[in-house]
Amino acid sequence: MNVKTINITVNGMPFFVHEGTTVLEAAKLVNVKIPTLCYHPDLPAWAACGICVVKVEGSPKMFRACSTPVEEGMSIITHDPEIVDVRRTVIELILSTHPNDCLQCLRNQNCELQRLAADFGIREMPFEYNINQIPVDDSTPSLILNPEKCVKCGRCVKVCQGMQNVWALEFLGRGESTRIAPAGDVLLAESPCIKCGQCSAHCPVGAIYEKDETQKVWKALQDPTKHCVVQIAPAVRVALGEAFGLEPGTLVTNKAYAALRRLGFKGIFDTNFGADLTIMEEGSEFVERFVHGKGELPLITSCCPAWVDYLEKYYHDLIPLFSTAKSPQAMVGALSKTYYADKSGIDCKNIFMVSIMPCTAKKYEIVRSESMYSSGCQDIDVSITTRELSRMIKSAGIDFLNLPDEDADAPLGIYTGAGTIFGATGGVMEAALRTAYFLVTGQELKNVDLTDVRGIEGIKEARIRMAGKEVRVAVAHQMGNIEKVLDLVREAKVKGKELPWHFIEVMACRGGCIGGGGQPYGATDEIRKKRLAGIYKDDTLSKIRCSHQNPAIKQLYAEFLGKPLSHKSHELLHTKYTPRPLYTR
Amino acid sequence: MAFKSYVLVCGGTACQSSKSEEIYKNFIAELEAAGIKDEVQVVKTGCFGLCEKGPIAKVLPDESFYVKLTPSDTKEIVSEHLVKGRPVKKLLYQGEETKKLAKIEEIGFYQKQFRIVLRNCGVINPEDINEYIARDGYAALEKVLFQMTPEQVIEQLKISGLRGRGGAGFPTWLKWNFTKEVNDFPKYIVCNADEGDPGAYMDRSTLEGDPHSILEAMTIAGKTIGSNKGYIYIRAEYPLAIHRLEVAIQQARELGLLGKDILGSGFDFDIEIRLGAGAFVCGEETALLTSIEGERGMPKPRPPFPAVKGLWQKPTVINNVETWASIPVIILKGGAWFANIGTEKSKGTKVFALTGKIKNSGLVEVPMGTTLREIIYDIGGGIINDKKFKAVQTGGPSGGVITADYLDTPIDYENLQKLGSIMGSGGMIVMDEDDCMVDIAKFYLGFTVDESCGKCAPCRVGGRQLLDYLEKISKGKGTREDIAKMKQIGNAMKRASLCGLGQTAPNPVLSTITYFEKEYLAHIDDKICPAGKCKALITYSILPEKCIGCGLCARRCPVNCITGEKRQPHVIDQSACIKCGECYSVCKFGAVARK
Amino acid sequence: MAKMTLEELQKLRETKKRELEKREVTGKDIEIIVGMATCGIAAGARQTLSAFLNELEAQNLSNVLVRQTGCMGYCYAEPTVEIHMPGMPDIIYGKVDPETAVKIVRKHILGKVLINDHILDKPAADIMKK
Repeated sequence: MNVKTINITVNGMPFFVHEGTTVLEAAKLVNVKIPTLCYHPDLPAWAACGICVVKVEGSPKMFRACSTPVEEGMSIITHDPEIVDVRRTVIELILSTHPNDCLQCLRNQNCELQRLAADFGIREMPFEYNINQIPVDDSTPSLILNPEKCVKCGRCVKVCQGMQNVWALEFLGRGESTRIAPAGDVLLAESPCIKCGQCSAHCPVGAIYEKDETQKVWKALQDPTKHCVVQIAPAVRVALGEAFGLEPGTLVTNKAYAALRRLGFKGIFDTNFGADLTIMEEGSEFVERFVHGKGELPLITSCCPAWVDYLEKYYHDLIPLFSTAKSPQAMVGALSKTYYADKSGIDCKNIFMVSIMPCTAKKYEIVRSESMYSSGCQDIDVSITTRELSRMIKSAGIDFLNLPDEDADAPLGIYTGAGTIFGATGGVMEAALRTAYFLVTGQELKNVDLTDVRGIEGIKEARIRMAGKEVRVAVAHQMGNIEKVLDLVREAKVKGKELPWHFIEVMACRGGCIGGGGQPYGATDEIRKKRLAGIYKDDTLSKIRCSHQNPAIKQLYAEFLGKPLSHKSHELLHTKYTPRPLYTR
Repeated sequence: MAFKSYVLVCGGTACQSSKSEEIYKNFIAELEAAGIKDEVQVVKTGCFGLCEKGPIAKVLPDESFYVKLTPSDTKEIVSEHLVKGRPVKKLLYQGEETKKLAKIEEIGFYQKQFRIVLRNCGVINPEDINEYIARDGYAALEKVLFQMTPEQVIEQLKISGLRGRGGAGFPTWLKWNFTKEVNDFPKYIVCNADEGDPGAYMDRSTLEGDPHSILEAMTIAGKTIGSNKGYIYIRAEYPLAIHRLEVAIQQARELGLLGKDILGSGFDFDIEIRLGAGAFVCGEETALLTSIEGERGMPKPRPPFPAVKGLWQKPTVINNVETWASIPVIILKGGAWFANIGTEKSKGTKVFALTGKIKNSGLVEVPMGTTLREIIYDIGGGIINDKKFKAVQTGGPSGGVITADYLDTPIDYENLQKLGSIMGSGGMIVMDEDDCMVDIAKFYLGFTVDESCGKCAPCRVGGRQLLDYLEKISKGKGTREDIAKMKQIGNAMKRASLCGLGQTAPNPVLSTITYFEKEYLAHIDDKICPAGKCKALITYSILPEKCIGCGLCARRCPVNCITGEKRQPHVIDQSACIKCGECYSVCKFGAVARK
Repeated sequence: MAKMTLEELQKLRETKKRELEKREVTGKDIEIIVGMATCGIAAGARQTLSAFLNELEAQNLSNVLVRQTGCMGYCYAEPTVEIHMPGMPDIIYGKVDPETAVKIVRKHILGKVLINDHILDKPAADIMKK
């Protein structure tokens, strides 16, 4: 494609940019930072806040840099006393509607509005405060809406409706009573919300956030009758470091183990072990359906709880296609209170299982159905996000960066490269194919790097031959991309046409779990790519890269479960799905 | 059988709300009873404009102008005037100036008007396409379909100098030309009939009185820029206009003036009506288009402009009702004819909705360049009770006040802007010495705060802050610093708001501060409201030396806070007084003082 | 109504224009005023008025305004009709029956010839000028 170049100047500095570049992007190219609040690189410019205004020579107006495309010969002024004055007034106006309780806010020191106020050197509030008092919505187990802090930037609405195609959040009211809430003014729990938490990850302030459950964890850690164990999800290890100033994608697996041990956990497990186990169960399920024709195709992955929620709400006619295998988190949870409990001789009632997840929906998953109590206790007691863990580490005074590297505890802490890539979009598919190939053909795959399913593309496809048959797979991430895939499947089913794919992986968040709603703030594609690179580095560094080769998994089947899809496996490691209404009221 | 007389009954919303429908039916019944129903035709027309005097009926060919009719008046008009040829003098319009019975052309209200947009209002039956056709209706469309190239149409628009009547005055031909030049189909034609300025109703009246002119103009635009589909976005609060439009669209379709292959030209065009829920912001074009698409009506950043990416991201011409209504005339009479009317930069005529403290409130259409004095005094008949003129607000809540010093300014887009106001949709609210400027600013700000969509921070938050300062000042609690802050906020709103609503919302405040700073300072420094409007700053008291103890004020006081013996001076209990001013206005002896 | 062609629209416009022009006052330089008081009506003024209107239509005259007025005081000569037109003196005719009305249109208005046997008077000067 031919892209036209355009001559512009920014603050007198002439240069070329591609046609279609916005003023904001163009300024960035010459290291001029135009302040923004509502703008987010993931989203189309909504142009709500009015902070990014600039002047264009020859026009009496001010333009919003986020949404104004450059034009040939444009001479842009990004900073002059008048512009800064207008920006400051707008920020002051926004502050006049925002509670002045930064010190008590969970976004303290991590808030985009606070940063703007600091950058503009705002030292006093010239206007009267005018704060809408609206009750907090804490109806879901995952997310809290605090409309009082909302700055109406619209990011959450655009994420929920656009990126995620969920349509739980909407603008309600008008003018100064505009607020963000589920459409129809129901509670979030009564709405189509799938708890993916992308709204919270995109919120610039403390208006939407994860339900903080660190106090529950602290309490358990201090309770002498509780034997606290913990598992850490694949995507956490490439993002947790960001909270301590490390580059996105830095692998901090072993420092995280060390930190958890110092927090007081007695058993340090890894969700990656559960991922390997999921592959054994789900891979076997695929072989059953694909080779033996027992069950419907395409098989669709089910380890993402937000996706499970979405399917149960929007596509429940496709429930038979869903893998019944539980998510890795749930498998580790169930085993920690059965297999581990047996081995260590501790009553499951006294074991307190905490999961560290990149995800807010995992908080919902641990109570979503009866099968989450398969051990006879609640399999996972608390699920906290990467963000919550980072706060715990900080408040415990642990010098994270200087911790020694430590290992997790066997057997539930032993994992392969296949387990770790669960944290990336395409990772579950890649891991499953590595093992399915072995299960179908009896041979190991020569090149385990299935790069077709990797990367940030919204929908990816691949074909692989197994025992003379072609397996067609699709991978979709970011909920808004799944509709296209599922509609094709549905159409093929209804019309009796050939299935477009045999196996489909879905993850609700952009980039997969590494871009999860519970990850450190500020994710953009740039950061997501770094985190992805970290995940694949972990895979490459692993000595064992296929789940079925994990010795701890082999031992588990030998000692406890028998074989994949055994009766015991079904009891502990599989679940059921049920259609759910979009609105419960 | 030919008719000997015609009764034109105003069927506009204002007259209908004072029973013109009943009057219309009574005329028919009375004529039937008098046995002359075949000799007199009763026509329900659009608005005559002089709404102050409604309901109105005009009898032709005698040109008798009956005003303030009641349904029972029809009997006398039929038996006296229509049967016996004797106009009923007591029901005729009495010229205020001359106290003489006036024929329509002698009425000052109409003398200085020049009707292009309202050419058919009050003249034809808007529900009969034949009457529109008889008044050269659809002749412009004929010309465009069979004689003119799209380039020629745009050239005529360019020559005419027509500028958008919705507010900012963007040249119409440019808009059309941008859309025409974009090679992206389908394209759309949109009529903005989401009139929302307080007191403005010219669009409603045009649609009610002459719906076909809009349909014809939109079809002309369709042919010119290459669109086959038009939408009229009209607020649901205009049921009569919607009904007339529906009837008009139906009739035009039946005659093949809308639909496939119009008049055998091979050109297809059809129009659909979309109802708005009455949000003021939906009059902003990007918000309007978003609303047609079925989304929440919130403005979007421009560019891209609707001409390039409008409805459903396709090139769209969007004009308001008044602009559309001017177009068939321009095509028919030529751009040069139109350009002869008006000023150098603002051509043609403009319809104003004249309201407030004015004798003849109503709709007036005047050539651009007419002065405010002519409109207010010659057409509007001056201030009610001959009080002193103080200011006039043009452009509704987006405009500003213009003071007596500028009454001789010829009205056009540029001049109004220079004075800190805007043309806007053409609302014109006249204020007299009893109006408090802080109160006026508060009124408009209250409106824009209510109607802000809430999307962009400067408007959403700034509007509320301004309103709070105004309230503070009107309570006597303001400081001089507050004025500086209001200017600061107002400037930020002007510069950083996304759409016209927010950018112009501070105008009423900024312009009243500019022209009436003393009045603000009186509230702030002296804690008085010179106009006696701001309740917190006024007290009513009874002057014992003037009070004769008649007790009228005490009887009228709604909270019974006035007491006193008969024939003795009365007293107001200040702790109970709600400052309604009833005592002040009923006292015949000037014994109630307002401070 | 069926869909129209260009020609049909133009024809329709011409017809409707003539109908509507009757309502209009401007551009009409000939005025026929029929006395329509009780005395006039009793003497058949209504039929006279109709006759005028029908004949004007038949002759396709669009520049003639027909008004009615009250009693002119010539009750003995009703129906009375007053004619104003350029190039002719202002005249009041008396005893104008429908037949005479037709004659007035044809002779007085079109032929510019007075119909002597019906001339009653000239209008009084004070009511001639508005």
